[in-house]
Amino acid sequence: MSAVLLAVIFLPAAAGVSLLLCGPRANRGAPAISISVATAALIAAVSVTVTRPEVSLAFISPTGATVAVDSLTAVLLPTITAVTLLVLIFAVAEKTQPEARFHGLMLVFAAAVILTVSSNSLPSLLAGWEIMGATSYALIGFHWRQPATMPAGFVAFTVTRAADLGLYAAAGAAIAGGVGWKLSDLAAAPSPWVHVIAAGVLIAGLGKAAQLPFSFWLSRAMEGPSPVSALLHSAAMVAMGAYLLLRLEPLLQVTGWAGPTAAWVGAATTIVLGVIALAQKDLKQLLAASTAAQLGFVILAAGIGATAGGTAQLIGHAATKALLFLGAGAWLTATGTKQLKALRGVARTWPLLGVLFLFGAVSLAGLPPFALWWTKDAVLAGALAASPALYTAGLIGAALSAAYSAKMIATVWAKPHPPERKLAEDKLWDAEKRGTRAVPPTVLAPMIVLAGGAALLGILAIPGVSTPFRALLGASSQPESTVPELVASAVIAATTVALVFWRGIPRIPGGVTWFGLERMAAITVAEPTLRLAGALYRFDRKLDATVDGSFATLNYTAMVIQRLDRVVDRTIDRGAGGVRGLGARVRGLQTGKISDYYAFAAVVTVGAVLLLIVVR
Amino acid sequence: MLSVVIFLPVVVAIFLASIRRLPTAIARWVWVATAAVDLLLTVIIAVAPSPSSALRGEQRLSWMPGIGSSYHVGVDGLSLPLLVLTGVIFLVCAIWSLRATDRPRPQAALFLFLQSTCLGLFASQDLILFFVFFDLSIVGMYFVIAGWGHGNARRSALKFFLYTFLGSLALLLGFIGLYLGASPHTFDMVELSRAGAFTGTPVMAGFVLAAIVVGLAIKTPTFPFHSWLPPAHTDAPTIGSVVLASVLLKMGTYGFVRIAMPMLPDTWRSYAGVIVAVGIVSVLYGALVALAQTDVKRMIAFTSINHMGYIILAVGAAGIVGHNSEQAQQLAITGAVTQMVSHGLITGALFLLAGVLYDRTGSYDLRDYGGLARPAPRFAAFFAVAAFGSLGLPGFSGFIAEFQIFTGSIGTTWWALIALPGILITAVLLLRAFQQVFTGETKNRSEGFRDLFPRETASLAILMGLSVIIGVLPGPLLALIHPAVDSVIKVMTG
Repeated sequence: MSAVLLAVIFLPAAAGVSLLLCGPRANRGAPAISISVATAALIAAVSVTVTRPEVSLAFISPTGATVAVDSLTAVLLPTITAVTLLVLIFAVAEKTQPEARFHGLMLVFAAAVILTVSSNSLPSLLAGWEIMGATSYALIGFHWRQPATMPAGFVAFTVTRAADLGLYAAAGAAIAGGVGWKLSDLAAAPSPWVHVIAAGVLIAGLGKAAQLPFSFWLSRAMEGPSPVSALLHSAAMVAMGAYLLLRLEPLLQVTGWAGPTAAWVGAATTIVLGVIALAQKDLKQLLAASTAAQLGFVILAAGIGATAGGTAQLIGHAATKALLFLGAGAWLTATGTKQLKALRGVARTWPLLGVLFLFGAVSLAGLPPFALWWTKDAVLAGALAASPALYTAGLIGAALSAAYSAKMIATVWAKPHPPERKLAEDKLWDAEKRGTRAVPPTVLAPMIVLAGGAALLGILAIPGVSTPFRALLGASSQPESTVPELVASAVIAATTVALVFWRGIPRIPGGVTWFGLERMAAITVAEPTLRLAGALYRFDRKLDATVDGSFATLNYTAMVIQRLDRVVDRTIDRGAGGVRGLGARVRGLQTGKISDYYAFAAVVTVGAVLLLIVVR
Repeated sequence: MLSVVIFLPVVVAIFLASIRRLPTAIARWVWVATAAVDLLLTVIIAVAPSPSSALRGEQRLSWMPGIGSSYHVGVDGLSLPLLVLTGVIFLVCAIWSLRATDRPRPQAALFLFLQSTCLGLFASQDLILFFVFFDLSIVGMYFVIAGWGHGNARRSALKFFLYTFLGSLALLLGFIGLYLGASPHTFDMVELSRAGAFTGTPVMAGFVLAAIVVGLAIKTPTFPFHSWLPPAHTDAPTIGSVVLASVLLKMGTYGFVRIAMPMLPDTWRSYAGVIVAVGIVSVLYGALVALAQTDVKRMIAFTSINHMGYIILAVGAAGIVGHNSEQAQQLAITGAVTQMVSHGLITGALFLLAGVLYDRTGSYDLRDYGGLARPAPRFAAFFAVAAFGSLGLPGFSGFIAEFQIFTGSIGTTWWALIALPGILITAVLLLRAFQQVFTGETKNRSEGFRDLFPRETASLAILMGLSVIIGVLPGPLLALIHPAVDSVIKVMTG
């Protein structure tokens, strides 16, 4: 069965690389290859969750590439491969072009995610982790002729790679601590190394999961094609940041400080990014901010050790958010815009798409009985047990989730007056590209499946019903939601939604620009680095000039010596004992000591070089 | 066998140089064939089964018995990867030059001569022999730059020559010190690498190490001895830059693991902190100055300083012996050797790509291009792949090298953490350059740009293909390197 596990990783990888190598010649066959490979990967992924194989391969260290399916991997592998398949089906229906490059990159990306989530050892984890980042760069910048796309991919890649340095540091500290690179052994490292490992892992996880203060890269990543956003920001990429912290939750706990830090960063992100989401005027930007906010709950869960709730939230969110991104993408294709102002009432034009989108939005809002209501509450139950303050922060985040979801619902299901609507269609549509004015049924098919997930995945967190899931994760003793809590959060969500419908959203100064997070990073990190680089370059030129100068000095000295030499020569020639004196000097050199010979040889070579310069 | 590998190119070089009326096409193909045969022979030596600890292809002939120097060659896990790398790089240069029009016959002869000096150096087991090959390679490269370069070639060539030649004199001084410090006096590297071979006073050992380190640091080059590198690269012909970066720089770093560490282990340990500091400064300095460049060749040249800095960091860190340090030391030195090979392959490819820019338009300036991926998609793809390789993406050899270097170095000293941003800055600068040249609107010199020719594609495919093979299946290479690294560590920890 270990061959099947390797196939889950290497089949998409090999197919993806082949498509990329073939280039445009493979455009015609790429969609078929891509869908069949993704289907095979899904089937294989489901089968390994039953058989649970483990394979150790040599990669840098003898067991550097250990891949295994443990309980957390067993629930995430089918999620990832299923969402990948659905997104690829959507992309084929949308005719994303050029096909070979798109599907090639998507498959390599998927393989990297699968490698990340099944790795039990740092070298292979980091390999998957970084390839995931690099392919995301290529996918975000997929339409590279448009000026904004590549810089967006660049920001996403550099910010996440900056955080990735944490994993390099952790791997080094694991060596210093003598525990090796097996993930399950990391928590056993002695102090102070265990703290460095935890800090490195925490930074890497927060960076990938777009938590504060790294969140802004997610905003830029929205330049990518809609299927890319749907995959990268639901079940893969950002989800992997949260996965890493869930997986290494024991490590975070053992340090004493890393767990609470993660929990509070997660809570802060749900609030701050929730407010940012609320302020957005662009549908994909709203979804991006809400992704970071929703993953904040998972990070919070990892920080307090509520892994069952965190994992359920991760899976529920994957289905919900993939659905919403695909919905936004379908409207973008149809209308040529993703501006909320332009999308008023589009759900009434395409009602089936509108209903599917509603499923996602209601789940995101945390309204019963949809998935995220249950899963988020499972996290909040853990937070309540850990600290009331954390619970309160979580509730604020939940209220904000309801608010930004309500904003989306109120927009797409709005009932604009016919003239207003006509005006929007004439002036605001086709702002980003030419809309097709159509939503083909094939586009809706994958969304129907995801809508089912958004509606039903709550079973992973319903008290009582979720018992097998919790047992699978070894989390049976973790706190479960109680009825009062569930009711409380449902009331909060429902009230907030009603408030938004009734009163609308207040203006949030600075929210649209994500509170200038990127600007801050530019001012504090990027610009000083560039200035330093410029200063060092000027210094380097001076250093170079000094070297040139010293060669010139050498040159000059050589000339002086040469003149002196001529004078001496003449003196010796004139002197009667000249020849005898010279003979004595030469004899003095023939001491038979090798060192003297070489000293002499060195002097001669230097002389020869100087001569070369002079003669030139 | 090993001697055949070393001298086959120079014999063919003499043949090429002496037959003036040889048709150009034949000269070119003779070059390719010689390089291919030589590489094949090297690979045979590398894959032939051998007891892991012994030198392969060892040969020792009496040469200057009076001074304890002999013609002694032999290869092990430290030198074999570099020998194979040398063979690959020169073969690629030969293929690349299949359409060369500027005096192809003398060029072929000169490069074959240069190849012999490089192979000889990596196979040397005698310091005098090492030194001779070291200096001959400098002479050969001088003529390559001065004769086939562009821009201010003569001046850059002379600067290269003077600077590295001065370095070689420092090295010679150090070698004499090693000779005098050993009893009985000898230049034999195997004997000098035995534990306790150096019997001089610690003060003397300090001076000897200083001389050797300065000599090697100039060649590597590390900060602050790097001033010769950017002009030499900028003005060198494309394949000259490739050989210079891929092979000649490795002579410096190879010297560290082959000579400095095992021959003066105690002194190396005492000054390991200094070496680490030089490594860290080179990593950050090279990366930051590269970030400020607009000339693609100068940019790659400075990233070389950064990449060589990782090696210096690793060999320095490997000298810090402490708690749990054996595994870390092994990682650091293995990473350093892997990095030599990896940098040779990837930076070689980057310089070839820079050469394509110059061939087509005569400009190395990044700002002269834009949207080049449209007229030249294959070129763009190779540049992207080489850039990601160079920034240490997993799947390429650079990751195998840098991951080991960092984990090994951090494993022995916390200071190594300071160098970590180096891999971020190189990522930033390479991707910025890629975006500037290849994406966005097609404009300026990008218009009408010819995509890669088959010989160019083939050369690049060889280099990047090998980098990927090492990146995905590092096992065989690491298995080759490990025994030699273990013996270095054994000598060093006493």
